[in-house]
Amino acid sequence: MINACKKLTLSGLVSLVVVVGLFFGCGSGEKRADRAHIQINGSDTEVNLVQSLAEFYMDKNPNARIAVTGGGSGTGIAAIINGQTDIANSSRSMRESELEQARQRGVEPLPIVFAMDGLAVVTHENNPINSLTIDQVASIYRGEILNWGEVGGPDQAITLYGRQSNSGTYVYFREHVVKGDYSGRMRNMNGTAQIVEAVRNDVAGIGYVGIGYIADHEGTVISRINVVNIAADENSPAVSPLDPENVMSGDYPISRPLYQYTNGMPEGDMLAFIRWELSEEGQQVVARSGYYPVSNNYMQLNRELGIIE
Amino acid sequence: MNIRNITDKFFHYFFLVSGVSAIGILFAIFVMLAMNGLQTFTDVSISQFFLSTRWNPSAFGEPSYGILSLVVSSIMVTLGAMVIAVPLGIGTAAYLSEIAPPFLRETLKPVVEILAGIPSVVVGFFGIVFLGPLIADVFNLTSGLNALNGSILLAIMALPTIVSVSEDAIRSVPKDFKEASYALGVNRWLTLVKITLPAASSGIVAAVMLGIGRAIGETMTVLMATGNALQMPGSFFDSVRTMTANIAIELGEVPFGTTHYFGLFAVGLVLFFMSLAVNLTAEHFTKKYRRYRT
Repeated sequence: MINACKKLTLSGLVSLVVVVGLFFGCGSGEKRADRAHIQINGSDTEVNLVQSLAEFYMDKNPNARIAVTGGGSGTGIAAIINGQTDIANSSRSMRESELEQARQRGVEPLPIVFAMDGLAVVTHENNPINSLTIDQVASIYRGEILNWGEVGGPDQAITLYGRQSNSGTYVYFREHVVKGDYSGRMRNMNGTAQIVEAVRNDVAGIGYVGIGYIADHEGTVISRINVVNIAADENSPAVSPLDPENVMSGDYPISRPLYQYTNGMPEGDMLAFIRWELSEEGQQVVARSGYYPVSNNYMQLNRELGIIE
Repeated sequence: MNIRNITDKFFHYFFLVSGVSAIGILFAIFVMLAMNGLQTFTDVSISQFFLSTRWNPSAFGEPSYGILSLVVSSIMVTLGAMVIAVPLGIGTAAYLSEIAPPFLRETLKPVVEILAGIPSVVVGFFGIVFLGPLIADVFNLTSGLNALNGSILLAIMALPTIVSVSEDAIRSVPKDFKEASYALGVNRWLTLVKITLPAASSGIVAAVMLGIGRAIGETMTVLMATGNALQMPGSFFDSVRTMTANIAIELGEVPFGTTHYFGLFAVGLVLFFMSLAVNLTAEHFTKKYRRYRT
């Protein structure tokens, strides 16, 4: 009897070990098999664009496997610092503190500019205001201008819509336009699509979004949205981000580069994909998605990094 | 030692471990929250943390860590939800246990309980696309993403708990009470309000407390439907950011080991104590109600 019991406990123990082993073994094995060749993670502004690029590329190269997820630039940057992703999409450049953190962990982030974005300021279609200066937009977002009447519109309290602090667009807009803290009254939306949806339904709303979310490559804006023309200052003409020329020339004051960060010089499949993104074909996909091709000066920076010849 | 003894022993310890592990996990979570959360106070004074209304850790200028507006937002949304859910829930429970014919009760109760199974993200989505525009329309506002929206959604989510628990409480009031009341010629309505409900009150209070616990900890729904503005809310038509939503929004991008990181744990710690207090109150009343039943 005792022997039988011992056997029982022993076999129980063995099966426990086997089960636990299988559990962990399977875990890592599965990860390896299912893992896409290239993992891309980050900016919510870029996620649809990069998804289009990846799909186009995978159609051409059936062997390539690319997985793209969003979550915000901050999330992507945190992921590349922690070694959890191959490419971090970011609509802002990395901060010095982030670069420092990355280096401490042996990660060497390499900034590649693969597209340009005109950050559009949008209002409801019934809002009669067609143009604002950068200063006016900043005052609105700092909470100093509270009523549309103060900028020549109807007497109506302004509803502010913005992103959450993990968004690169939130940070970029704050650093380059608002130049101060956002008003506490600003509603912090989960993603760009939510801002668009909110402004479409709010006559007093104002929001900032990546141009690709509201316009297609022909510059046709989605319904019920008004894209405000922006002037650099009172003496400059207000220009529209819908005209690619304005964005690429820098006449439109809120145009920005869209980044992809890799850990050190990319190799193999990853390098091939990034080179293709920067090729004429890739840049056409960028333009078709409603964003703009990389301007010459940024292309030169890519060249200096050694990404392209 | 025979095999039966060993099996007995084995299961004895197995269940012991299962039982104790719940306490262990609770304790581990508390320790983790406290260890991280308390480090906030090396950089932030306790008075600033609790009394300042400005929460802005990733500020353009000087960061600030005041959770007052977050706490007020959480309490406001939860109380708003209770104002809606408590009368509705107790009414439903009274109807189910006292008035509804058996077949209706047998269908209604499961339906109410199914409400509890709707994922919070779906409720939040409903708040964005349907309730938000509706609120904006009804109250003539420009945006319906506000505290009221969150309150209504949380009321819907707390309703099943309140109905289910208070229905049990009302139904377990001894028949003698009601019969005595009827015998004295009191009508059904007065019997319900003056006899049955007061007799079930401790169970109902427990139900409400559990409902509050459900509402105060809910994250996704309020994150989607309340707009998350950081200001101190002035009314239910203002956008609010609750403690839960704030943690969910910021934890994904916060650099490890910074004051901001510890600050989020401190917010979690405060939330932990708030829901602990609510649950202890619920437990207190449940005990009273059990004692009363036996």
